[in-house]
Amino acid sequence: MADPVPFRAYTPGTQPPYDVPAYLGTIKRHPLQPLHRLDQTITETTGPRFTAAHFPPNADLSRVDGKSAQGQRIVVAGTITDEDGRPVPHTMVEIWQANAAGRYHHPADQHDAPIDPHFHGDGRVFTDADGRYRFLSVLPGAYPWPNHRNAWRPNHIHFSFFGPAFATRLITQMYFPGDPLLAFDPIYNGVPDRAARERLVAAFDLDLTEPDFALGYRFDVVLRGRAATPMGI
Amino acid sequence: MPIATASQTIGPYWHLIEDPSWADLTRFGATGERITLSGTVTDGDGAPFADVCVELWQSDPPASDQFPGFGRSRTDTAGVYRFTTLKPGPVAGRGNAIQAPHLALWVLGRGLMRGLATRAYFAGDGRNETDPVLGSVEDPARRATLIAAADGPAAWRFDIRLQGAGETVFFDV
Repeated sequence: MADPVPFRAYTPGTQPPYDVPAYLGTIKRHPLQPLHRLDQTITETTGPRFTAAHFPPNADLSRVDGKSAQGQRIVVAGTITDEDGRPVPHTMVEIWQANAAGRYHHPADQHDAPIDPHFHGDGRVFTDADGRYRFLSVLPGAYPWPNHRNAWRPNHIHFSFFGPAFATRLITQMYFPGDPLLAFDPIYNGVPDRAARERLVAAFDLDLTEPDFALGYRFDVVLRGRAATPMGI
Repeated sequence: MPIATASQTIGPYWHLIEDPSWADLTRFGATGERITLSGTVTDGDGAPFADVCVELWQSDPPASDQFPGFGRSRTDTAGVYRFTTLKPGPVAGRGNAIQAPHLALWVLGRGLMRGLATRAYFAGDGRNETDPVLGSVEDPARRATLIAAADGPAAWRFDIRLQGAGETVFFDV
Protein backbone atom coordinates (compact mmCIF):
# COMPACT_ATOMS: atom_id res chain seq x y z
CA MET A 1 0.00 0.00 0.00
CA ALA A 2 1.31 3.46 -0.87
CA ASP A 3 2.21 5.67 2.06
CA PRO A 4 -0.47 8.23 2.90
CA VAL A 5 0.32 11.78 1.77
CA PRO A 6 1.10 13.77 4.93
CA PHE A 7 -0.33 17.15 5.82
CA ARG A 8 2.17 19.97 5.53
CA ALA A 9 3.98 21.54 8.43
CA TYR A 10 2.47 24.71 9.85
CA THR A 11 4.01 27.96 8.62
CA PRO A 12 6.39 29.21 11.33
CA GLY A 13 4.95 31.93 13.56
CA THR A 14 1.38 31.39 12.44
CA GLN A 15 0.47 29.04 15.31
CA PRO A 16 0.84 29.93 18.98
CA PRO A 17 3.58 28.29 21.04
CA TYR A 18 2.54 26.22 24.06
CA ASP A 19 4.41 28.55 26.38
CA VAL A 20 2.81 32.00 26.40
CA PRO A 21 4.01 33.57 29.68
CA ALA A 22 1.46 36.40 29.58
CA TYR A 23 -1.28 33.74 29.62
CA LEU A 24 -0.71 32.40 33.11
CA GLY A 25 -2.58 29.15 32.46
CA THR A 26 0.18 28.01 30.12
CA ILE A 27 2.95 28.17 32.74
CA LYS A 28 2.35 24.76 34.34
CA ARG A 29 0.74 23.14 31.34
CA HIS A 30 3.23 23.46 28.51
CA PRO A 31 5.63 20.58 27.86
CA LEU A 32 9.27 21.31 28.67
CA GLN A 33 10.52 18.72 26.18
CA PRO A 34 10.38 19.56 22.49
CA LEU A 35 7.61 17.84 20.56
CA HIS A 36 8.79 14.53 19.13
CA ARG A 37 8.69 14.46 15.36
CA LEU A 38 6.29 11.88 13.98
CA ASP A 39 6.06 10.93 10.32
CA GLN A 40 2.32 10.88 9.69
CA THR A 41 0.75 7.48 9.21
CA ILE A 42 -2.77 6.27 8.52
CA THR A 43 -3.51 7.14 12.17
CA GLU A 44 -2.94 10.84 11.52
CA THR A 45 -4.06 11.12 7.89
CA THR A 46 -7.49 9.62 8.52
CA GLY A 47 -10.14 11.00 10.82
CA PRO A 48 -13.71 10.79 11.98
CA ARG A 49 -16.71 11.35 9.73
CA PHE A 50 -19.75 12.97 11.27
CA THR A 51 -23.17 12.90 9.67
CA ALA A 52 -26.20 15.00 10.47
CA ALA A 53 -28.13 11.76 11.11
CA HIS A 54 -25.97 10.83 14.10
CA PHE A 55 -25.05 14.40 15.07
CA PRO A 56 -28.09 16.65 14.57
CA PRO A 57 -27.25 20.21 13.50
CA ASN A 58 -28.32 23.34 15.35
CA ALA A 59 -27.67 26.42 13.25
CA ASP A 60 -29.66 28.83 15.42
CA LEU A 61 -28.16 29.78 18.77
CA SER A 62 -30.35 32.88 18.98
CA ARG A 63 -33.46 31.11 20.28
CA VAL A 64 -34.45 28.60 22.93
CA ASP A 65 -37.96 27.12 22.92
CA GLY A 66 -38.95 29.55 20.20
CA LYS A 67 -38.10 32.62 22.27
CA SER A 68 -35.38 35.05 21.18
CA ALA A 69 -32.23 35.59 23.20
CA GLN A 70 -31.32 39.07 24.42
CA GLY A 71 -28.73 40.96 22.43
CA GLN A 72 -27.69 41.97 18.95
CA ARG A 73 -28.70 39.21 16.52
CA ILE A 74 -25.89 38.19 14.14
CA VAL A 75 -25.33 35.89 11.18
CA VAL A 76 -21.90 34.27 11.06
CA ALA A 77 -20.91 32.59 7.81
CA GLY A 78 -17.81 31.67 5.91
CA THR A 79 -16.00 29.13 3.79
CA ILE A 80 -13.66 26.43 5.01
CA THR A 81 -10.84 25.67 2.59
CA ASP A 82 -7.51 23.90 2.79
CA GLU A 83 -4.13 25.52 2.16
CA ASP A 84 -4.53 24.82 -1.57
CA GLY A 85 -7.74 26.84 -1.60
CA ARG A 86 -9.94 23.78 -2.03
CA PRO A 87 -13.25 23.82 -0.13
CA VAL A 88 -13.65 21.37 2.74
CA PRO A 89 -17.11 19.92 2.14
CA HIS A 90 -19.51 18.26 4.60
CA THR A 91 -17.34 18.76 7.63
CA MET A 92 -18.72 19.33 11.11
CA VAL A 93 -18.27 22.68 12.86
CA GLU A 94 -18.95 23.03 16.59
CA ILE A 95 -19.65 26.46 18.10
CA TRP A 96 -19.94 27.79 21.65
CA GLN A 97 -20.00 31.27 23.17
CA ALA A 98 -21.05 33.54 26.00
CA ASN A 99 -24.39 35.32 25.91
CA ALA A 100 -24.86 39.01 25.16
CA ALA A 101 -24.03 39.90 28.75
CA GLY A 102 -20.76 37.98 28.70
CA ARG A 103 -21.92 34.95 30.68
CA TYR A 104 -21.58 31.29 29.71
CA HIS A 105 -24.44 28.91 30.40
CA HIS A 106 -22.03 26.84 32.47
CA PRO A 107 -21.82 26.19 36.21
CA ALA A 108 -18.13 27.15 36.34
CA ASP A 109 -18.88 30.65 35.07
CA GLN A 110 -19.60 32.72 38.17
CA HIS A 111 -19.31 36.13 36.50
CA ASP A 112 -21.98 38.41 37.93
CA ALA A 113 -23.84 38.93 34.66
CA PRO A 114 -27.30 37.56 33.90
CA ILE A 115 -27.97 34.10 32.48
CA ASP A 116 -30.33 34.36 29.54
CA PRO A 117 -32.85 31.49 29.59
CA HIS A 118 -33.29 31.89 25.85
CA PHE A 119 -29.60 31.59 25.05
CA HIS A 120 -27.83 28.31 25.64
CA GLY A 121 -24.74 29.07 23.59
CA ASP A 122 -23.84 25.96 21.65
CA GLY A 123 -24.36 25.03 18.03
CA ARG A 124 -23.34 22.53 15.38
CA VAL A 125 -23.36 22.99 11.62
CA PHE A 126 -21.99 21.16 8.60
CA THR A 127 -20.35 22.75 5.57
CA ASP A 128 -22.10 22.29 2.23
CA ALA A 129 -20.49 20.83 -0.91
CA ASP A 130 -18.63 24.14 -1.43
CA GLY A 131 -17.27 24.30 2.12
CA ARG A 132 -19.71 27.00 3.27
CA TYR A 133 -21.26 27.19 6.73
CA ARG A 134 -23.69 29.62 8.35
CA PHE A 135 -25.39 30.07 11.68
CA LEU A 136 -27.43 32.59 13.67
CA SER A 137 -26.49 33.84 17.10
CA VAL A 138 -26.21 36.98 19.18
CA LEU A 139 -23.15 39.15 19.68
CA PRO A 140 -21.28 37.63 22.65
CA GLY A 141 -20.39 39.99 25.48
CA ALA A 142 -16.90 40.57 26.84
CA TYR A 143 -16.22 39.13 30.27
CA PRO A 144 -13.59 39.44 33.01
CA TRP A 145 -11.16 36.62 33.79
CA PRO A 146 -8.56 36.27 36.52
CA ASN A 147 -5.40 36.24 34.38
CA HIS A 148 -4.18 39.69 35.49
CA ARG A 149 -5.59 42.85 36.99
CA ASN A 150 -8.61 44.11 35.06
CA ALA A 151 -8.32 41.32 32.45
CA TRP A 152 -11.24 41.06 30.03
CA ARG A 153 -11.65 38.62 27.18
CA PRO A 154 -12.58 40.34 23.91
CA ASN A 155 -15.91 39.38 22.37
CA HIS A 156 -15.37 35.98 20.80
CA ILE A 157 -16.98 32.80 19.54
CA HIS A 158 -15.28 29.41 20.03
CA PHE A 159 -15.04 27.07 17.04
CA SER A 160 -14.06 23.43 16.58
CA PHE A 161 -13.25 22.11 13.09
CA PHE A 162 -12.48 18.58 11.95
CA GLY A 163 -11.61 18.48 8.24
CA PRO A 164 -10.55 15.23 6.59
CA ALA A 165 -8.05 13.89 9.14
CA PHE A 166 -7.08 13.84 12.81
CA ALA A 167 -4.08 15.93 11.67
CA THR A 168 -6.39 18.71 10.42
CA ARG A 169 -8.27 19.11 13.70
CA LEU A 170 -8.47 22.77 14.79
CA ILE A 171 -9.87 24.56 17.82
CA THR A 172 -9.89 28.34 17.63
CA GLN A 173 -11.74 31.54 18.50
CA MET A 174 -13.29 34.14 16.23
CA TYR A 175 -13.07 37.79 17.24
CA PHE A 176 -14.92 40.92 16.13
CA PRO A 177 -13.51 43.87 14.18
CA GLY A 178 -12.60 47.00 16.07
CA ASP A 179 -12.63 45.41 19.50
CA PRO A 180 -10.36 47.54 21.75
CA LEU A 181 -9.78 44.56 24.07
CA LEU A 182 -7.83 42.64 21.42
CA ALA A 183 -4.72 44.70 22.10
CA PHE A 184 -4.66 43.50 25.72
CA ASP A 185 -5.63 39.85 25.29
CA PRO A 186 -2.76 37.37 25.85
CA ILE A 187 -4.64 34.54 24.14
CA TYR A 188 -5.21 36.49 20.91
CA ASN A 189 -1.70 37.94 21.09
CA GLY A 190 -0.28 34.47 21.73
CA VAL A 191 -0.16 34.03 17.94
CA PRO A 192 3.21 35.57 17.04
CA ASP A 193 2.51 36.44 13.41
CA ARG A 194 0.39 39.57 13.17
CA ALA A 195 -1.32 38.62 9.90
CA ALA A 196 -2.18 35.16 11.29
CA ARG A 197 -3.63 36.81 14.38
CA GLU A 198 -5.69 39.24 12.36
CA ARG A 199 -7.19 36.37 10.36
CA LEU A 200 -8.95 35.37 13.59
CA VAL A 201 -10.94 38.61 13.38
CA ALA A 202 -14.18 38.26 11.42
CA ALA A 203 -15.12 40.89 8.81
CA PHE A 204 -18.35 42.83 9.01
CA ASP A 205 -20.19 41.97 5.78
CA LEU A 206 -23.12 44.02 4.54
CA ASP A 207 -24.00 41.28 2.03
CA LEU A 208 -24.46 38.79 4.88
CA THR A 209 -26.39 41.36 6.88
CA GLU A 210 -30.13 40.71 6.67
CA PRO A 211 -32.38 43.77 6.49
CA ASP A 212 -34.51 44.31 9.60
CA PHE A 213 -33.04 41.14 11.15
CA ALA A 214 -29.33 40.59 11.83
CA LEU A 215 -25.81 41.91 11.28
CA GLY A 216 -23.55 39.72 9.15
CA TYR A 217 -19.99 38.65 9.94
CA ARG A 218 -17.74 36.63 7.66
CA PHE A 219 -15.21 34.22 9.15
CA ASP A 220 -13.30 32.15 6.59
CA VAL A 221 -11.15 29.34 7.90
CA VAL A 222 -8.19 27.47 6.41
CA LEU A 223 -7.33 23.94 7.49
CA ARG A 224 -3.98 22.28 6.82
CA GLY A 225 -3.34 21.14 3.27
CA ARG A 226 -1.51 18.09 2.03
CA ALA A 227 2.24 18.40 1.68
CA ALA A 228 2.05 17.38 -1.96
CA THR A 229 -0.64 16.47 -4.43
CA PRO A 230 -0.49 12.78 -5.31
CA MET A 231 -0.01 11.93 -8.99
CA GLY A 232 -3.21 11.50 -10.92
CA ILE A 233 -5.41 13.68 -8.73
CA MET B 1 -1.34 30.61 -0.87
CA PRO B 2 -3.71 30.44 2.09
CA ILE B 3 -2.14 29.64 5.45
CA ALA B 4 -3.80 27.43 8.06
CA THR B 5 -5.87 29.34 10.63
CA ALA B 6 -4.24 29.81 14.03
CA SER B 7 -5.23 27.71 17.04
CA GLN B 8 -6.63 29.21 20.24
CA THR B 9 -7.28 27.54 23.57
CA ILE B 10 -10.45 25.49 24.01
CA GLY B 11 -10.87 27.32 27.33
CA PRO B 12 -12.85 26.29 30.41
CA TYR B 13 -16.35 26.34 28.93
CA TRP B 14 -16.11 23.78 26.13
CA HIS B 15 -18.57 21.55 28.04
CA LEU B 16 -21.24 23.53 26.25
CA ILE B 17 -20.51 21.28 23.27
CA GLU B 18 -19.83 18.19 25.36
CA ASP B 19 -21.99 15.09 25.02
CA PRO B 20 -20.73 12.65 27.66
CA SER B 21 -21.95 9.70 25.58
CA TRP B 22 -19.13 10.42 23.12
CA ALA B 23 -16.68 8.84 25.56
CA ASP B 24 -18.26 5.48 24.70
CA LEU B 25 -17.29 4.55 21.15
CA THR B 26 -19.40 1.40 21.36
CA ARG B 27 -22.67 3.31 21.90
CA PHE B 28 -23.89 2.78 18.34
CA GLY B 29 -23.80 -0.99 18.77
CA ALA B 30 -20.26 -1.88 17.75
CA THR B 31 -19.18 -5.39 18.67
CA GLY B 32 -15.65 -6.62 19.29
CA GLU B 33 -13.12 -6.69 22.08
CA ARG B 34 -14.41 -3.97 24.38
CA ILE B 35 -11.87 -2.14 26.55
CA THR B 36 -11.68 0.95 28.70
CA LEU B 37 -8.85 3.46 28.59
CA SER B 38 -8.61 5.85 31.51
CA GLY B 39 -6.01 7.95 33.23
CA THR B 40 -5.20 11.10 35.11
CA VAL B 41 -4.03 14.31 33.46
CA THR B 42 -1.58 16.24 35.65
CA ASP B 43 0.21 19.56 35.28
CA GLY B 44 3.78 20.64 36.06
CA ASP B 45 3.06 20.55 39.81
CA GLY B 46 1.69 17.02 39.53
CA ALA B 47 -1.76 18.43 40.30
CA PRO B 48 -4.78 16.85 38.64
CA PHE B 49 -6.05 18.94 35.77
CA ALA B 50 -9.85 19.10 35.62
CA ASP B 51 -11.97 20.20 32.66
CA VAL B 52 -9.49 18.82 30.12
CA CYS B 53 -10.89 17.65 26.81
CA VAL B 54 -9.24 14.40 25.73
CA GLU B 55 -10.04 13.24 22.22
CA LEU B 56 -9.37 9.76 20.88
CA TRP B 57 -9.04 8.57 17.30
CA GLN B 58 -8.27 5.10 16.05
CA SER B 59 -8.09 3.94 12.45
CA ASP B 60 -8.76 0.34 13.50
CA PRO B 61 -11.36 -1.17 13.67
CA PRO B 62 -12.39 0.91 10.65
CA ALA B 63 -14.99 3.58 11.34
CA SER B 64 -18.55 2.61 10.41
CA ASP B 65 -22.13 3.50 11.31
CA GLN B 66 -21.70 1.29 14.37
CA PHE B 67 -18.24 2.50 15.33
CA PRO B 68 -17.27 6.19 15.05
CA GLY B 69 -13.58 5.60 15.76
CA PHE B 70 -13.61 8.97 17.55
CA GLY B 71 -14.36 9.79 21.15
CA ARG B 72 -14.20 12.73 23.53
CA SER B 73 -13.95 12.59 27.31
CA ARG B 74 -13.57 15.31 29.90
CA THR B 75 -11.43 14.99 32.99
CA ASP B 76 -13.35 15.14 36.25
CA THR B 77 -12.31 17.06 39.35
CA ALA B 78 -9.67 14.37 40.03
CA GLY B 79 -8.25 14.90 36.53
CA VAL B 80 -9.50 11.53 35.31
CA TYR B 81 -10.76 10.84 31.78
CA ARG B 82 -12.26 7.54 30.66
CA PHE B 83 -13.15 5.97 27.30
CA THR B 84 -14.90 2.77 26.36
CA THR B 85 -13.86 1.53 22.93
CA LEU B 86 -12.84 -1.51 20.91
CA LYS B 87 -9.27 -2.72 21.12
CA PRO B 88 -7.47 -1.78 17.93
CA GLY B 89 -5.43 -4.21 15.88
CA PRO B 90 -2.17 -3.43 14.10
CA VAL B 91 -2.29 -1.00 11.17
CA ALA B 92 0.03 -0.20 8.29
CA GLY B 93 2.98 2.04 8.97
CA ARG B 94 5.11 3.89 6.47
CA GLY B 95 6.96 1.77 3.93
CA ASN B 96 6.45 -1.89 4.74
CA ALA B 97 6.29 -1.32 8.48
CA ILE B 98 3.45 -2.48 10.69
CA GLN B 99 2.36 -0.29 13.60
CA ALA B 100 1.54 -1.96 16.89
CA PRO B 101 -2.04 -1.46 18.13
CA HIS B 102 -2.43 2.06 19.49
CA LEU B 103 -4.91 4.84 20.17
CA ALA B 104 -4.20 8.44 19.11
CA LEU B 105 -5.04 11.04 21.76
CA TRP B 106 -5.34 14.81 21.55
CA VAL B 107 -5.33 16.82 24.77
CA LEU B 108 -6.98 20.25 25.04
CA GLY B 109 -7.72 22.52 27.95
CA ARG B 110 -7.48 25.99 29.41
CA GLY B 111 -3.85 27.04 29.30
CA LEU B 112 -3.20 24.91 26.23
CA MET B 113 -2.95 27.20 23.23
CA ARG B 114 -2.93 24.15 20.93
CA GLY B 115 -3.86 20.52 21.29
CA LEU B 116 -1.15 18.09 22.42
CA ALA B 117 -0.94 14.86 20.42
CA THR B 118 0.17 11.58 21.95
CA ARG B 119 -0.42 7.85 21.52
CA ALA B 120 -1.38 5.05 23.89
CA TYR B 121 0.13 1.63 23.12
CA PHE B 122 -0.69 -1.54 25.08
CA ALA B 123 1.80 -2.99 27.58
CA GLY B 124 2.89 -6.53 26.87
CA ASP B 125 2.15 -6.46 23.14
CA GLY B 126 5.21 -7.94 21.41
CA ARG B 127 4.56 -5.79 18.36
CA ASN B 128 5.58 -2.73 20.40
CA GLU B 129 9.19 -3.86 19.95
CA THR B 130 9.09 -3.24 16.21
CA ASP B 131 6.70 -0.27 16.12
CA PRO B 132 8.43 2.53 14.15
CA VAL B 133 6.96 5.38 16.21
CA LEU B 134 7.87 3.82 19.55
CA GLY B 135 11.27 2.91 18.10
CA SER B 136 11.88 6.54 17.19
CA VAL B 137 11.76 7.53 20.88
CA GLU B 138 15.26 6.54 21.95
CA ASP B 139 15.08 7.12 25.70
CA PRO B 140 13.37 4.06 27.25
CA ALA B 141 11.93 6.15 30.10
CA ARG B 142 10.35 8.54 27.65
CA ARG B 143 9.13 5.70 25.44
CA ALA B 144 7.44 4.17 28.50
CA THR B 145 5.19 7.23 28.77
CA LEU B 146 3.46 6.00 25.59
CA ILE B 147 2.52 2.60 27.03
CA ALA B 148 -0.83 2.02 28.72
CA ALA B 149 -0.70 -0.38 31.68
CA ALA B 150 -3.12 -3.25 32.20
CA ASP B 151 -5.46 -2.25 35.02
CA GLY B 152 -7.75 -5.25 35.33
CA PRO B 153 -9.47 -7.32 32.71
CA ALA B 154 -10.06 -5.25 29.57
CA ALA B 155 -9.06 -2.07 31.42
CA TRP B 156 -6.04 0.05 30.51
CA ARG B 157 -4.54 2.95 32.36
CA PHE B 158 -2.78 5.78 30.56
CA ASP B 159 -1.79 8.82 32.63
CA ILE B 160 -0.85 12.03 30.85
CA ARG B 161 1.76 14.31 32.45
CA LEU B 162 1.87 17.65 30.71
CA GLN B 163 5.10 18.96 32.19
CA GLY B 164 8.14 17.95 34.22
CA ALA B 165 8.93 14.57 35.82
CA GLY B 166 7.65 11.73 33.69
CA GLU B 167 6.45 14.19 31.05
CA THR B 168 4.46 12.37 28.38
CA VAL B 169 5.92 12.29 24.88
CA PHE B 170 3.89 14.65 22.72
CA PHE B 171 4.22 14.51 18.97
CA ASP B 172 4.82 17.12 16.32
CA VAL B 173 2.29 15.64 13.92
